[in-house]
Amino acid sequence: MPKSLLMISRQAPWSGPSAREALDIVLAGGAFDLPIGLLFLDDGVFQLAAKQDAKALQQKDLSANLQALPMFGVEELFVCADSAAERGLDPTGLALEETRALSADEITALIDRYDQVITL
Amino acid sequence: MAAVLLTESVMKFAIALFSAAHAPSSRRALLFAQAALAGGHEIVRLFFYQDGVYNASGSVVTPQDEQDLPKQWRAFVAEHQLDGVVCIAAALRRGVLNEEEAKRYQREAVAVGAPWELSGLGQLHDAVQDADRLICFGGA
Repeated sequence: MPKSLLMISRQAPWSGPSAREALDIVLAGGAFDLPIGLLFLDDGVFQLAAKQDAKALQQKDLSANLQALPMFGVEELFVCADSAAERGLDPTGLALEETRALSADEITALIDRYDQVITL
Repeated sequence: MAAVLLTESVMKFAIALFSAAHAPSSRRALLFAQAALAGGHEIVRLFFYQDGVYNASGSVVTPQDEQDLPKQWRAFVAEHQLDGVVCIAAALRRGVLNEEEAKRYQREAVAVGAPWELSGLGQLHDAVQDADRLICFGGA
């Protein structure tokens, strides 16, 4: 059985290429049919903010890439409920509907469940 | 000489590095890698991603009284004949090109060569599958 990998994505989408590069690891894993999960934590939850206008920052929108996750077979999508609440984001109104909001305890259990973890 | 940190049974490590050559975490990654080998363990692959690609750059000039990490990495990888992979997409974005990519994109500066190999993210996943442990340095 292949080893599972959890990506913990902690960077806002507009603070540099980090969020995008974290997502690229996840999409590549999905393309190889590997068991891979993605948790949005801390400023990473900003990637899920609805109605972002990337053009105003002369940047490329990450949300289209996020929507590709289910198509790449990545269905284990999670968001830290505390991180979202601290930043005024409603966990039920996020850009990626498939994400499940988790409490701190649930996140501890989630990390335990995966063989390997990358935090970016 | 690196201290022997790992005295348990032999392990296969994959090491991922995300920080630039001047970051303390990059130096820790090298010390860990040296200690792993000194302890009789195996490194299945080094994978440099994000700013970690700068650790493979031959264009970095380190002040004389500081540690020249790209040089140390290069010597370490060559000496132990390790599999050192630099993510090609991350390297292109940061201008760390090998001869082939410089030619392909018509750029003058060639920053990386042997013993490093430029390749894709599949190499990271492949290493994760192969290793007992993935050890990351310089992430968020």
